Formats: sequence, C-alpha cells, structure tokens
Amino acid sequence: MTTAPRFPEPYGQGSGANLADILERVLDKGIVIAGDIRINLLDIELLTIKLRLIVASVDKAKEMGIDWWETDPALSSGARRDQLVRENTELRERLARLEELQGLEPGRSRSRKEVP
Amino acid sequence: MSGLRYVYAVSRPLGAPLQAELAGVGGAPAALLHHHGLVAVVSTVPEHDFAEGALRGNLEDLDWLAATARAHQGVIDALTCVTTPVPLRLATVFRDDSGVRAMIEAREDDFRRLLDRLDGRVEWGVKVYLDREPAEAAAPVAARPASGRDYLRGRRESAHRGEERWHTAETFATVLHDRLAHFAEDARLHPPQNARLSGESGRNVLNAAYLVGRSQSEAFVELVDRSKDETPGLRVELTGPWAAYSFAGEAPAGSAGEER
Repeated sequence: MTTAPRFPEPYGQGSGANLADILERVLDKGIVIAGDIRINLLDIELLTIKLRLIVASVDKAKEMGIDWWETDPALSSGARRDQLVRENTELRERLARLEELQGLEPGRSRSRKEVP
Repeated sequence: MSGLRYVYAVSRPLGAPLQAELAGVGGAPAALLHHHGLVAVVSTVPEHDFAEGALRGNLEDLDWLAATARAHQGVIDALTCVTTPVPLRLATVFRDDSGVRAMIEAREDDFRRLLDRLDGRVEWGVKVYLDREPAEAAAPVAARPASGRDYLRGRRESAHRGEERWHTAETFATVLHDRLAHFAEDARLHPPQNARLSGESGRNVLNAAYLVGRSQSEAFVELVDRSKDETPGLRVELTGPWAAYSFAGEAPAGSAGEER
C-alpha cells in the first residue's frame, strides 16, 4: 500500500474544533452498529431533543434565546450547579423571611395567647 | 473494575503505523483488532461509565459528552491520516474482543462495500454565515426617531433590509452548494447550527458536507477559498478533512438523494 497522499493543512480542527461540528458528526452521522451495550442515541431523550432543536432551525434557536444552552441544567453540569446554588440561596432567603415573620407577628401573637 | 470494548472505526489493514500512544476515550490507548482482513480500532473503557444505565446518564451531561465526542473524533482523525476509516457512531460498545469479532463477521460485506466506496476520499464541511447587520445600516435606527410614525417606518425599513440580506444569503448559499456539489463526488445538506453551540457569530445559512477524493482536495479547497470574498456580509467557513462521517451512515446503493 502506498502512503497516504498529502493533505492540505487541516481547517478549523484540532483542540479548538467547533463542538457543534463534532457532535453533529459523532452523534448523527457515522455507521450505526448495535453493540453489546444497547443505547440508541435517539432514545437519550433530553440529549436528542435538545441537540435536534439546536440544529433544527436558526429561527427556533433564536426564539429560545441565545443562551438557553448554557443555562439549561439538563445539558450542562455547570448550569446544574448554578441552579442548585440559586435554589439554595432562594430557599435560604425564604427561610430567613419566614423566620423573621415568625419572630415578629406570629411570635408576639403566640406569646399573647400563651400568657393568659 | 472490568473493562468494555469501545469501537471507533473499521478500516482495512493500515499501510502506515497509527500515531504512537494515541489516546482514546478516557485516555486509554487505542489498539487495532485484526479480523477477517479488516481492522477494528478499539480501546478499553470502564464499565462504570459505559454500562447501559451509566452511559445513559453520562450522555445527558454535556461536559462528559463533549469530552467523549472529542476523544472519539481524535482517534478517527488520527486514523484518517493513514487510511480511510468507516467511522462508527459514538459509544458503540462491546463486552469483549470476541463481541467485536462477531460484529465484524456479521457486517463484513457492508464494511467492504462502504470501504470501497469511501476509499481515498475525505469529507469537507462548508458553512455559510450571514454576519450581523453592518454598523452603517444600523445607524439610522440608533438615531432617535422624531415621532411614532418615524419609528415604525424605521422598523419597517430595517425589517425590509433584513429580508433582502437573507434572500441574498440564500441565493449565495444555493449557488455555492451547486458549484461544490458538482465538483464533489457526493454531498449532504445538514441542518443549520445553533450559534450558541458552535460559538460562531452570525446566522448559519448553509451547513453542508462534501465527499472529495484526496487528490482533488487541494482543488476543492481552492474552489471554496475563491468564493470567500464574493459577497460582503457573508462568511464562508471550511472544516476538514474529516473522515467521511456524513457518507458512512447509509447503504451505498442509490444514495444520490440529499437529506435536509
């Protein structure tokens, strides 16, 4: 066998390759072989719904807002962490508000009831 | 912890050695498994990541998915430098080597047909982006409108300009695609990409893949390069050479149709 003919310099690949280009190919193209571990990529609901939407149409993507991908907890563990942090903060704030209310009005009314 | 066999691609025996210490998914070295005159490129992956339940969960995690996809593509890319592989879809996993051998036997004819069809060919990706409206066109909108009517007229004119630019972009993309498809041996149109995932600015109006012989690749690249400055406001982007991903997923017979 002869050696492979020389290519022109690769374009747009390497470590900085566009993730969309890679995902589009490795998830959606290439030959499908049923392995011993039966995962149909089309069955990965969240993933395929989102990925398909991503590449489905520019208009749809625009409708969804430009940063929905990064902030979608289903897609990014970073976003998932952010969401937990946000939820925690919100819960803590609610708790603080409740404690405040308890401490002032209900607390006073309770003491009034208890005193007699 | 026991390991599973992850298969990246199938090819004919290599004419040149694979890049030394090529790392696959999870950093494990890629190896060649010869069987029936074909070669499966495999690596060992941990069962705790690739058993069915775990894999299902992992695939829903974009960070894990991105790392795995890049590793998968990295192996196929290295393979493309020395041979013409048939790339397998992400996460094709077997219990052991005998499972991989059985798969090669079962699909032997398909692989040979595909390898014959793809032999000596690579895939080039071409995308066209419509850049955001140029600053000078946006300037009248920035000026404070004198009245509600002026404002509405400004909005209408801006929308009209947008439509015209969109139409120009579509015409350009169609002409370019025809020209490239004519040169290439085969072509596929893919849905446009979301700018957020690709990190590109502008709207993606053409996202196509072309199957081109290695010896014709230089001329193909020049053809794309020449189109780059044809129309202001439009950007042409070339990626590749890729393994022929977009042309490996279907039966070779009568596949002239394009998907959209």
